[in-house]
Amino acid sequence: MAQTLYDKLMDAHVVREDDSTTLIYIDRQLIHEVTSPQAFEGLTMARRKPWRISANLAVPDHNVPTTNRSSGVSGISDAISKLQIETLDKNCKTFGINEIPMNDMRQGIVHVIGPEQGATLPGMSIVCGDSHTSTHGALGALAFGIGTSEVEHVLATGCLWQSKSKNLNIEVSGKLNKHVSAKDIALYIIGQIGTAGGTGYAIEFSGSTIQDLSIEGRMTLCNMAIEAGARVGMVAVDDKTIDYVKGRPLAPSGVKWNKAVEYWHTLHSDKDAYFDKIVHFNAQDIKPQVTWGTSPEMVVAIDGYIPNPTNAKNQTEKVSWENALNYIHLTADTKISDIKIDKVFIGSCTNSRIEDLRIAASVLKDKKIANNIKLALVVPGSGLIKKQAEKEGLDKIFINSGFEWREAGCSMCLAMNADKLEAGERCASTSNRNFESRQGQGSFTHLVSPAIAAASALTGHFSKVE
Amino acid sequence: MQKFTTFTSIAAPLERANVDTDAIIPKQFLKSIKRSGFGVNLFDEWRYLDHGEVGMDNSKRPLNMNFVLNQKKYQGAKILLVRENFGCGSSREHAPWALEDYGFKAIIAPSFADIFYNNCFKNGMLPIVQDNNVMDELFASTDAITINLDAQSIHVNNKTYLFEIDTERKRRLLNGLDDIDLTLQYTDDIKIFEKGYFNKYSWL
Repeated sequence: MAQTLYDKLMDAHVVREDDSTTLIYIDRQLIHEVTSPQAFEGLTMARRKPWRISANLAVPDHNVPTTNRSSGVSGISDAISKLQIETLDKNCKTFGINEIPMNDMRQGIVHVIGPEQGATLPGMSIVCGDSHTSTHGALGALAFGIGTSEVEHVLATGCLWQSKSKNLNIEVSGKLNKHVSAKDIALYIIGQIGTAGGTGYAIEFSGSTIQDLSIEGRMTLCNMAIEAGARVGMVAVDDKTIDYVKGRPLAPSGVKWNKAVEYWHTLHSDKDAYFDKIVHFNAQDIKPQVTWGTSPEMVVAIDGYIPNPTNAKNQTEKVSWENALNYIHLTADTKISDIKIDKVFIGSCTNSRIEDLRIAASVLKDKKIANNIKLALVVPGSGLIKKQAEKEGLDKIFINSGFEWREAGCSMCLAMNADKLEAGERCASTSNRNFESRQGQGSFTHLVSPAIAAASALTGHFSKVE
Repeated sequence: MQKFTTFTSIAAPLERANVDTDAIIPKQFLKSIKRSGFGVNLFDEWRYLDHGEVGMDNSKRPLNMNFVLNQKKYQGAKILLVRENFGCGSSREHAPWALEDYGFKAIIAPSFADIFYNNCFKNGMLPIVQDNNVMDELFASTDAITINLDAQSIHVNNKTYLFEIDTERKRRLLNGLDDIDLTLQYTDDIKIFEKGYFNKYSWL
């Protein structure tokens, strides 16, 4: 029977099927410091051992400082952040789990280092106590975020109970407009189907536009599947996927590589596979996007206007829009390009990869950021990306234009470390969530692509790339 | 985990859609390495007028009296009424921990985000889906609601509404079963699976 990619990936991992739920085997668990301490504590209290230690890879990312790390973890000034990172180090040591510690060159955001290290391989089932685990689906893996109880469950049993999601195919076809990137595709789709549009579904992104995206771009897109409500976002394996994986530290080699590649080539939906829902978009309709409210679905094109709540489709949406405008200190019908910004953040598991930094740097080259920008940050997704960018001289372009060049981590995407917005500050951010107070209490987040973040830094208001 | 039993309570109506887990429990409280004590910071930014940080004496903080949970008539509510897509965003289980620690045992909404929905069951809390018409009736009522998981029913104002729930999740909630204990009963199945799996996918 013709199968979807999701069906194939699920089937390969079924340990046991009961009436309404399925026990699936987990190939890889990625662990970070925020959602794991209670899981390790549970394991310890029940005197259980990890089922398969080598399935796990840990890295601290949410709390790590992005400035001076010369004194290591003991030098972290925030005592509770420090304790959380120390707890991860201690738990990994106690249980023998492979950890990339804070001052290791390979450290970075968990969803960046998984693929970078080859810890993420096509066909794998991958979980992490973080909703942006959908990122790894870009390599044809079955990857989704879980809660801490499930982190403990996977540690203890190597498996997870799952109910099957429905299949949603989002097809995007045609050539992208100039300066439009995967981030704009993601925001555009969320604007069209809503933040609950993918709830209950596993999304496969397909079509010529998706095939033309780089693996980095596909990661950006799959990363934001969760912002459309879907735990899983995926792209079929093709030659680009295989090229990306080849030679990674944890990727197979020799005979095993050939065998793996043979299997990986089967990881696509069959021609007549059944999808519960199919949605088509035309790449030509997608312009650079800017969010205006407090949910990723509150998004318009950069040449657009803030919508008016009187045009909302129902009372619930009207109330949501009014609440959002009230929170974010903007009024209906304002031109997006008239909105001034205070800070710029380029980073996060959505947009901190080398390709993102190259695009931003190309916009900023030999130019200076506007006077009203109080702070502009670039936070690479990993130490290795930072090193690569420095090799290419991107760091100098950023610094010369007025950006700060930082160490790798989640940083101002969720502001658990020292990088945050003050109340009332407005930020053009390449991250993934514009929720109330996400980047600092009482602050205002506008989600954009790296190109728009850079262009807006130069003018001090939301701007297209010139 | 405690067994989920039939109970009656007033319901606190939170008239909002797309409530995200950042709003349920803001990130500064995620730095705790414990599983308990999140209830006082549930909906922190809506509930208090000042900026909340870890370690504050919450009893001394100024309350936002317009926020539903601060109103006298909703004190002690074990049921939360909300609008669609409740619990979207981050997978943080601190969100259900905070709701449960505050005292909620059930949440009724037209829809939930997937990860949040799943996390509720791991903490003995019942998320119930009802369509918008029923939600409007529940929001309009101030009477106590009885929730009977065994019968899959909500009873209020002499009216009964039924709800759907996965049979296995229901069984585990009603019996207060521990997921890990249940799974470890299948240790042999997992070992047999692994043997075939690593033989077939030898590069893993």
